Order: sequence, then C-alpha cells, then structure tokens
Amino acid sequence: MSAAAIDTGTPLLEVQNVSRFFGSVIALKDISMSVHAGEVMCLLGDNGAGKSTLIKIFAGVHPPSEGRYLVEGKEVQFGSPRDALAAGIATVYQDLAMIPLMSISRNFFLGSEPSSGWGPFRRFDVDAADRISRDELSKMGIHVRDTGQAVGTLSGGERQSVAIARAVYFGAKVLILDEPTAALGVKEAGVVLRYIAQARARGLGVVFITHNVHHAYPIADRFTILNRGRSYGTFAKSETSREEVVRMMAGGEELEELGLELEEFARADAASGARLSPVAAEADAAILRAGRELEADRLPTSDSVS
Amino acid sequence: MQVSQSVETRPAAGEDERVAKTSTLHRLLVRPEMGALAGAIGVWIFFAIVAGDRGFLSPRGTANYLEVAAQLGILAVAVALLMIGGEFDLSIGSTIGACGIIFALLSVEYGWNIWLAMLMSLAFALLLGIFNGYLVLRTSLPSFIVTLGTLLMIRGVTVGVTRQVTGRTVVSGLDDVPGYDAIRTVFASDVTIAGAGFSIAILWWLAIAALATWVLLRTPFGNWIFGVGGNQQAARNVGVPISLVKIVLFMGTAVAAWLVAVIQVLGARSADVVRGTGSEFTAIIAAVIGGVLLTGGYGSAIGAVFGALIFGMVRQGIVFMGVDPGWEDAVLGAMLVIAVLVNRYIRTQAMGGRR
Ligand SMILES: Nc1ncnc2c1ncn2[C@@H]1O[C@H](COP(=O)(O)OP(=O)(O)OP(=O)(O)O)[C@@H](O)[C@H]1O
Ligand SMILES: [Mg+2]
Repeated sequence: MSAAAIDTGTPLLEVQNVSRFFGSVIALKDISMSVHAGEVMCLLGDNGAGKSTLIKIFAGVHPPSEGRYLVEGKEVQFGSPRDALAAGIATVYQDLAMIPLMSISRNFFLGSEPSSGWGPFRRFDVDAADRISRDELSKMGIHVRDTGQAVGTLSGGERQSVAIARAVYFGAKVLILDEPTAALGVKEAGVVLRYIAQARARGLGVVFITHNVHHAYPIADRFTILNRGRSYGTFAKSETSREEVVRMMAGGEELEELGLELEEFARADAASGARLSPVAAEADAAILRAGRELEADRLPTSDSVS
Repeated sequence: MQVSQSVETRPAAGEDERVAKTSTLHRLLVRPEMGALAGAIGVWIFFAIVAGDRGFLSPRGTANYLEVAAQLGILAVAVALLMIGGEFDLSIGSTIGACGIIFALLSVEYGWNIWLAMLMSLAFALLLGIFNGYLVLRTSLPSFIVTLGTLLMIRGVTVGVTRQVTGRTVVSGLDDVPGYDAIRTVFASDVTIAGAGFSIAILWWLAIAALATWVLLRTPFGNWIFGVGGNQQAARNVGVPISLVKIVLFMGTAVAAWLVAVIQVLGARSADVVRGTGSEFTAIIAAVIGGVLLTGGYGSAIGAVFGALIFGMVRQGIVFMGVDPGWEDAVLGAMLVIAVLVNRYIRTQAMGGRR
C-alpha cells in the first residue's frame, strides 16, 4: 500500500539545488534529491563526499547555504534538530543512538517519557514504558527478555535496531540513518537491514547512508550518489547494476579501472575468506541470502505499482 | 499488504542467543547501592565487635553517628544526583559557610525576622546554583574546575564581608533573636527515643533521600538525569533539555548546602565562615562509596545514604574505640578505593560483562 506512493504524489522530504559552504569549503553544491513514503533512498559516496553534511541539513543541524528544502511539499527552515524531529524527521547516528548504561525501556522513552499527573508531580509511568517498549520491539521482530537490561548488553546492530524502533514508534515519517552498518559485522549488518525493511513496510521514507554497496544494493529502491560535494544523480535500482553503482561511487567513468581493481580485490577476498575462515564464508552466505530475500520482498511491490 | 505480512512473520535473525539470561539475584547484585549496603553492614558489625561495649551499640551511640551521617547524607544525596548527571560541585564547601553567615548576619546584626533571614540565605543558594550551572554550560569547562573557582570566590567574599561588618569571622547570639526556638524545633531539635536524643536532621536526611529516589526512578526528570550523565549529546539528540537538567541539579546541591548550614547554625547558635570546609570532598566520597560512578550516568540516592552512614559510623566508631582519630582518614581512604573497585565490577556486570 505504502509502496504505491513511490514516484507518485509529493515526496515526504525533498531538497532542490541545495548547497552548503563552510567558509571557503564547498561541502555540497547543487544537490537535488527526494524521499517518498515507503521507499529506501540510499545515499552513497566516498569519504568526504558530503553525505553527513547533507543529512545534517535534513536533520536541522545545518541550514542550507543555497537552495530549497521541502517537507511534504512545504518549504521549511529548521532552527534546530528539535524542529526537524517535530516535523517527523528522525535521525539515528552511529555512535549516539543509545546510552549504554541505561535500560532498554528508559532509553526508548528518553526525552518523551509516558507520564501521569501534572507539574512537579508528573510521574514517569515505568510499567507503561516497559510494556510499550517490549511491544514495539517485538513488532519490529526484536525480542528482548528483559527491557530492564542495560542497552550496553545489546550488540551494536541491536542497538541500532532499537533506535530505529523508537523512531518508528514516535511517529517519524522519515528515518535518516548515518552509516548504521559501518561498524558492524556481516551478520549484525544483516539484522539492521531487516529493520530498515520493516520501517519501509510500515510506510516510512528512509534515507540510508553507507559506504558499502553490498549493504545498499539489496535494500535500496533508489540511489543518490555523491562525489566531492556534487551529485551524480539519482538512479532507480531497476535501471542500474551493482557494478555501475560501485563504479560511480569510486569516482565516475575515469575511475573505471579502479572499479575493476576493486572487483579483483573482492574476488580475491572471497576466495581467501572461504579458504581461511569457514565462519566468515558462512556469514557472507547469510548476508547474500538476506539480500536475496529482501530483493524478493520488493518484487510484489513492483507488481502492485504497475 | 503482502509485503508487510511477509516481513513481519519472519523471525529476526539471531533473536535468541543474543539475550542474556538474568536471574533475580544477578539483577539485585548489579543495583548500584548493593556494595554500599554490604559495606555499611560490615562496618556496623566491625564496630559492634570492637567498640560495642564502649557505647557504639547504645541508643546514644547510635544517635551520635546518625547525626554525623545525616548532615553529610543531605549533601551526599544531592551530590549523588548531580554526579549521576555528569557534574561535580565543589562550591558546596564554602556555600555552607556563606549561607550560615548570611542567615546569622541578617538576623543578628541587621535585626531581620529570623524566618526572612533564612529565606534570604535560601535565595542566595538558589542563585548560586543557577550561576554554577550557567557558568558550566556556557564555558563547557569541567565543572570540577568551575566550581573550584566558585568555592574559593565564595569563601573569600564571605570572610571579607564578615570581617568588614563584625570585625570577626564568627557571628554569634542567634539564640537571642526572637523566634529562635520555633525555627530550631524545625531544623535542629532532638527527638528523644530510648533515652537518647536523635537529631531531627536525620528525618530531613531520610525525607530528602526518599524524594531524590522518587525523582530519580519515577519521574521523567530522573530519566533525563541518567541520560544527561550517560551521554549528553545522545540525550540532546532525543530532545532532553540539557541546560534545565544541569541547572536544577546545581540548584539541588546548593540548597542541600543551605539546609546543612541552617541546621548547623541553629544547633550551634552561631555562624562561622569556615563551617563546611572539606565537605565538598566528603560528600563526593560518600556518593562514590554509595555506588555513583565518577564518570556519571549511573548510581542511586539510596547508595549515597549508605555511603554517608558508613562515614558516620567510621568517624564516631573510631572515637568510641578510643584510638587516635587520625585513623579515621586511613579507614575512609581505604574504603573509597575499595568502593571504586567494587563499583567498576558492578558496572561491568550491569553491562552484561562486556568491556
Ligand atoms: N563543520 C564543517 N566545517 C568545515 N568543513 C566541513 C564541516 N563539515 C564538513 N566539512 C567538509 O565537508 C566535506 C564533506 O564532509 P562530510 O562529513 O559530509 O563527508 P561524508 O560524505 O559524510 O564522509 P564520510 O564517509 O567520511 O563520513 C569534507 O571535505 C569536510 O571536510
Ligand atoms: Mg559521514
């Protein structure tokens, strides 16, 4: 249902010819992109390409120096991350998603505690927090035995997943994830990719930043590729191959050779990985399988569009 | 529709082996105050054995160490909340002297109504808390340094002004001020139980600890305290009002210092500029013995209560034992080091044995 919104109607979030300067540094120049409900937009690019700068514009951390920023068709000027949050744009940062020493339910509701009573006698409804966080997490397929356990006891992937579940629960329309899989192992990254798919299935628009085409390709509906502050444009998955995406990320046509070289590396890696570590090979197989499943999930979607 | 169904019915990868089993016993053991509770029981047993026949176990002996623990405990509870919120307040050491002097000067030297003079010193404490919080937030310097600065400034001004007005550093004669008896009943009277006079400060201490525990565990503000101390940036990202939380916590320590000042001044019938000297550190020590992490984000108010209780028992127990009071510092120092080690262990356990 939500998937039908792709490329039809008003985008949830859109920038038109946006630039951002830091003094004489041109971090972004003339970027246009959009995210629709029920779509995963992957933002790809090399180090320093300007990915984080772009999502900081979305998140209300930096105002754009030039260009227009529209949320649901209306131009906006966010003064702070709180404004963006209020407009339904939730950002999950790699390291700052959760507080390790606090329990899952306390983390889940930090800043938006369910409470009863008024004024200074406002009571934090701990039981409701436990119940709701447990329910919401299980809706996302995350099962915790005890919502009182410290978040630090969860794995990195689970922490990201809890942060995603929280954003969904608090009514985010757009979910922005800055390299949520960067520090994760293969299996862990697979867990996070699943929750991104869950969020999409629930009708959210997702902006997913990554370096890793193998994480991006299975889950993305469209790609926007940044290079040195400029955009190579936006591509639907149906019109681009994995190899083309790799090539553009690496710096465009002139770096085609590097792309080939990278593929060589990848092949060599896979070969040595299989020889040296059966566990790693198994994990690789697992993520490939997860990727195929995710792609398979998208098939009925394209049917429903046509 | 098809999409969401197929996604939702699929179990998450590795949902089971990742969830650590936690027994009730384990959950109890990782409570921040458990180490301090065990320590308090151990210290009590120790002095019951070595000084039990010298009065440590008598009602009078008990009243004695509880009074010491109460005054320190009022400070330690407020300091514990601030430390859980990730900050330190060293200025309480001279705030006690300053509040006492303001209270005494206004009522004795300037003839103010004694209640009004007391409220005036409270207003000073509140403003000082706001000032400390604002300065820490504005400069983003470590609060340890900022409040070390205010500690010295307040003491200097207090001594200077008091000398200027009275020619001395002590203001006495509070018991001659009209209304002294009534106000003393509230803050510095004794309640006789089993023939021994128990200081009413003990009630203040327990009431404040109960309030602090409720705030910490059962209000949104309490959740913000943990969040701000655990990771300020992450808390800010989810909309916690960082500045409000920190300023209120600094106001809390200043008000605790004010309450101790009022209790001491009314009990002694005089104010002295040096009152409270050193308590900035004893309060931190009591909070740390009580399981509060120096790095913030973890701890409890009840732990600080036990920390202060240990302090009181050691201080008075050594007097009862009849050994040189110098041993007190040696014992407390050793307890502090042990407490930090225990806290580190508990923290690791709370994090499920990671790191
Ligand atoms: N606050 C700032 N002041 C000055 N320059 C900045 C600032 N923020 C970013 N830049 C510059 O803008 C460029 C883009 O940085 P950005 O962090 O957006 O890259 P990125 O695509 O997220 O890279 P990475 O993959 O390494 O995270 C860089 O050259 C960086 O030095
Ligand atoms: Mg970045």
